Amino acid sequence: MGKKLLLEHINEPGIQSFEVYRKKGGYASVEKALKSMKPDEVTEEVKRSGLRGRGGAGFPTGMKWTFLDRRSEKPRYLVCNADESEPGTFKDRYLMEHLPHLLVEGMITSSYALGAKTSYIYIRGEYMYIVRILEKAIEEAYANGFLGKNILGTDYSLDLYVHPGAGAYICGEETALLESLEGKRGNPRLKPPFPAIAGLYACPTVVNNVETIAAVVPIINIGGDEYAKIGVGKSTGTKLISASGHINKPGVYEIELGIPVEEFIFSDEYCGGIWKDRRLKAVVAGGSSVPILPADLIFTTAKGEPRLMTYESLADGGFATGTMLGSGGFIVMDETASIVENLYTFSRFYHHESCGQCSPCREGTGWLEKILHRLREGHGKKEDVDLLVSVAKNIEGKTICPLGEAAAWPVASAVKHFRKEFEEAAARLQLSAVQKAELATH
Amino acid sequence: MSENKKIEFSIEALATAKKIMARYPEGKQKSALIPILHLAQTEFNGWLSAEVMDYVASLLSIKPIEVYEVVTFYSMFNSKPVGKCLIEVCQTSSCWLRGSDEIVAHIKNKLNINVGETSADGMFTLKTVECLGSCGTAPMLQCGADFHENLTVEKVDELLEKLRNKNERSSYLKSMITDR
Amino acid sequence: MAKVTIDGITVEVPDGTTILNAARQIGGEIVPPAMCYYTSLKDSGGKCRVCLVKVTQGSAKDPRPMPKLVASCRTTVADGMVIENISSPEVLEARKGVVEFLLINHPLDCPICDQAGECDLQDLSYEHGLADTRYEFERRTFEKIDIGDKIKLHMTRCILCYRCVLVANQLTEQRVHGVLDRGDRAEISTYIEKAVDNDFSGNMIDVCPVGALTDRTFRFKSRVWFTKPMDAHRNCTKCCGKVVLWTKGNDVLRVTARKDRYGEVSEFICNECRYEHKNLADWVVEGPRHINRHSVISQNHYEKIDLLKLKKEVERQLVFQKGKQLPPANQSTTYSTENGNSQTQTHA
Ligand SMILES: Cc1cc2nc3c(=O)[nH]c(=O)nc-3n(C[C@H](O)[C@H](O)[C@H](O)COP(=O)(O)O)c2cc1C
Ligand code: SF4
Ligand code: FES
Ligand code: FES
Repeated sequence: MGKKLLLEHINEPGIQSFEVYRKKGGYASVEKALKSMKPDEVTEEVKRSGLRGRGGAGFPTGMKWTFLDRRSEKPRYLVCNADESEPGTFKDRYLMEHLPHLLVEGMITSSYALGAKTSYIYIRGEYMYIVRILEKAIEEAYANGFLGKNILGTDYSLDLYVHPGAGAYICGEETALLESLEGKRGNPRLKPPFPAIAGLYACPTVVNNVETIAAVVPIINIGGDEYAKIGVGKSTGTKLISASGHINKPGVYEIELGIPVEEFIFSDEYCGGIWKDRRLKAVVAGGSSVPILPADLIFTTAKGEPRLMTYESLADGGFATGTMLGSGGFIVMDETASIVENLYTFSRFYHHESCGQCSPCREGTGWLEKILHRLREGHGKKEDVDLLVSVAKNIEGKTICPLGEAAAWPVASAVKHFRKEFEEAAARLQLSAVQKAELATH
Repeated sequence: MSENKKIEFSIEALATAKKIMARYPEGKQKSALIPILHLAQTEFNGWLSAEVMDYVASLLSIKPIEVYEVVTFYSMFNSKPVGKCLIEVCQTSSCWLRGSDEIVAHIKNKLNINVGETSADGMFTLKTVECLGSCGTAPMLQCGADFHENLTVEKVDELLEKLRNKNERSSYLKSMITDR
Repeated sequence: MAKVTIDGITVEVPDGTTILNAARQIGGEIVPPAMCYYTSLKDSGGKCRVCLVKVTQGSAKDPRPMPKLVASCRTTVADGMVIENISSPEVLEARKGVVEFLLINHPLDCPICDQAGECDLQDLSYEHGLADTRYEFERRTFEKIDIGDKIKLHMTRCILCYRCVLVANQLTEQRVHGVLDRGDRAEISTYIEKAVDNDFSGNMIDVCPVGALTDRTFRFKSRVWFTKPMDAHRNCTKCCGKVVLWTKGNDVLRVTARKDRYGEVSEFICNECRYEHKNLADWVVEGPRHINRHSVISQNHYEKIDLLKLKKEVERQLVFQKGKQLPPANQSTTYSTENGNSQTQTHA
C-alpha cells in the first residue's frame, strides 16, 4: 500500500464533520503554523516540500507564493481553484465531498502564509451540492475558532467564502476565474500583469488548485523535507489520480509519485486492469488536454525505460513520444474504442468551451470539430487528416490563454499515433439517404 | 408565479442575496452576480427572463447589459423557459466510452424529444452537456443539484418515473444530496 | 528610453511603449497589422492576434527569446529588445493562419458591403491571406439588426474586436450594447433591441474595422470610392467638431471622425456633427483629405458577381492602393455611370 497523506481517513465514518475530523488530528497544521511559525516559514516549508501545482501546469507552489507582491499596500487574496472541468478529472470533487475540512484547513494555513485576510473557494456551479458541504464545514470551523477574528487567540483573522461559477470550463484558467469571481464573463486576461501582482480586484493574488492547498496540510504537519522524501526527483509527494474509461475499477486514487504506469493500470490497488478482459489501446494520462499515447508508449518510454507516474517520466520524449501528468485525469481506452470518435468528443468540448475572445481559438476549435464530425459520420475526405493537423498547428501558440494548446495537442497527438485510423475514417464513405435512394432506383 | 406579478425576490431570497453581497469588499458587489443569478433562476421558474435580469441588475446597481453578458456566457443559465426537470446528460470522452450515446438515445426515444427540446407535457427538457466531473461513475446525468451516476437504461427509466411522480421543479440550489 | 530593433531597424522609444507603436514610429512595411488594438481605447488589443511578432531577444539584460509569438499591440518594449516581424517566416505563416481564421466565418460579401474600400479585413486578406479557402462548412449566420435608427449591425461580418464595446464604455454613461454568448456563438448586440441613444454612439461605426457597424444614414448611398473625402470643421459645443465630410458633388453623404494612417481616430465626434449637419454650408471645409488605403476586392471570392463590374472596381481600388488621391469621377471614363462634378471647395 502506498502512503496516503490526503485520503488517509477518507473511510472514517463521519469524517465530513468537524468533530470526527478533529479527532483524527485535523486542524493540527493550523495550530502549528499560527502558534509556532512565521508566515514566511510556512512558505519555506512548502518550498522545501517540492510541491508542484496539482491543477495541471505543475508549477512549484512555494515559488509561486514567493512571487506574491508583499510590498503592496493592497489586501492580498488566496483563491482556491475548484473549477475542475477538465474532462477526465474528478479528484477535487471527491476530496471536497468527502474531506471538506481538509480543504478548509489547507485554506487557513495557506492564507496565513500569504497574509490573506479574505479568501475564496471558486467552485464550478455544477458542483452546487458540494457548496453546501463546504459551507457547513466552514460554519463549523468558525464555530470552533479556526476562522473569523483572532483565530486560536492569535492576532491572525481570516474570512473564507465559497463562490459558485455557472458552467464554463474556461473559468478554470486562473485569470478567467478571477474575472468570473468579479462577476464578469470568464474571459482570460492578457498577461502580464500576473495575479501575483494584480489579481482579484487588481490586488496581489495567489490561485491554487484544491489538491495543492490540501497538500499544504500534511506538508506543515510532517515538514517539507519529509514530504519531499516521497516520490522521484522533482515529482515529490502523493498525487490524486482520477481514473476512468475502460478499466475495472474507475475512481480516485492517491498514489506516491513514481509508481510505474503499468502498476497503476493493472494493480488491484488501483485501476484493476482493463475491463471485459480486453486489451489496452490508448491512454490519455493527464486530462483531455494532454497528448494521447498508444499502449506501447504508455508502458515504456521511447528509450525503453519503464514509464513512471511522475511529471518527468510521463513527459519523456516530448510531444513526439511523451505526454504530461497534467491534472491527473487518467482516461483508459480498450481495443474497441475509436480514437476518431473520442477525439471528436474532445474537440466538441473545446469548441463549446472557447470563450471566443481570440480568433484562432474561437474559429479554430469550431473548425476542428466540424472536420472530425464529418470524418466520424463518414463524409470525410482524404485531405481532412492533414487539414486537422494544420488547423491545430495554426491555433497552437497563437492564443491568449492555453486553451488553444489544450485544443490543439490532443488532435496533433491522436493523428500522429493513430494516423491509420483517421485515414480509414476518411476513406469510409457513408452514403447519404439521397444517394441510397438513387442507388435503389438503379 | 403568475405572469403579471411584479418581479421581486421573496423575503427569504432577498435576505440570502444580501448575505451573499456582504461576502465581497465594499464597492465590489458585482462579484455577487453569479450566485444571485443562481438564486434568481431558482426563484423564477428555472430561467432568467429579461425582466428578471433587469431586476438583478437593479439589486446590484449595475447596468442591465452587464447581466445579459454574463447570463449568456455561462451554460447553466437559461435565457429561455425550460421544462420542470432539466435533464443534462454528459457526453464527453469518459461518459461516451461507457455508453452515454445510448443513454441520450434512450431518453430521446422515451420522451419523444430531441436534444434541446421539452417534452409535450412540459415536464422534461433534455440537454447534452460536457464533462461534469463524474467520469469515474460514467455514464451520468445531472438533474438540478443531483448527480445520477453509473447509469443504465433501466436506471434512467426509474429516474424519469420518480421525477414525474414527484412533479417538482428541478433546481441547482434545492434538493441537496444529504451527507453520505 | 528603450532602444529596440525591429526587422533590423533600430529605434529609440519611451519606456512603456508597445512593440506595435515602436514599429509605427519606424513606419512602412515593418508595421504589424492590427485589427483589434486602438490606441485611444483603454484595454483594447490582444484579441485578434494578427499583430503577432517574434521576440528573439527579450532585452539587453535578459537576452533570452520569448517562447511564443507575442501580440505586439500589448507587449511593451524593453531596452535591447530584438523583434522580428516580416523578417520571420514563422510570423508570416502564423499571420496567414490567423487571417484564415478571421475569414472562415466571414460572409465575403464585400460587393454589397458599405465598408468595402475602407475595410481593414479586406486589406489584411489581400496582403496576408491565402488564395483559396480551405473551409467548406456553412458559415455562421446572424440576423441583421438595427441598433437605433442610425446604426446597422451585420453580425456576420464582426470579428469580435471589442472596440465598439470599449468605445461605448469609455465615451458614454450607459452602455447598452455588449458581447453576448461565448465562443464562436458570441455576438455584439443590444439586448431585446434596445436602441443606442447617446451623444457619442456614432463613434462605434468609426472604430469598427470591418463592415459590422455601418452608418444607416449612409447605407448604399454610394460606394466609398465614389465619394470625395474633405477635412472640415464647425464650432461644436459637444465635441472637437473636426470631421471628414464624404461628399459627392454638393451633397454630404456621410460625416465621420478623422482617422490617421492606421485607421485610428484620436478625437471622437458627437452624433450631432455626424448625423445632423449633412449640409456643406454648415461646415468650414479645409480641403481634400488624403486617404491612404489599399483595400482591394479579391477576385477569388466572387465568382457569382458580375465580373466586368468587379474588374472595374478592382482597377479603381488599385488607384486607391497606390496612395493617390482618387481621380475625380468625371475624369475617369471607366466609371462614367457614377456622375458628379469635381467641386472640391465650398465655404460656409
Ligand atoms: C483552460 C484552462 C483550464 C484550467 N482548468 C483548471 C481547473 O479546472 N482547475 C485547476 O486547478 N486549474 C485549472 N487550470 C490551471 C490554472 O490556470 C492554474 O494554473 C491553477 O489553478 C494553478 O494552481 P496550481 O498551481 O495549484 O495547480 C486551467 C488552465 C487552463 C488554461
Ligand atoms: S485561447 Fe480560447 S479560451 Fe483562451 S482567451 Fe483565446 S478564445 Fe478565450
Ligand atoms: S466525461 Fe462525463 S462526467 Fe466526465
Ligand atoms: S491588434 Fe494586436 S491582437 Fe489584435
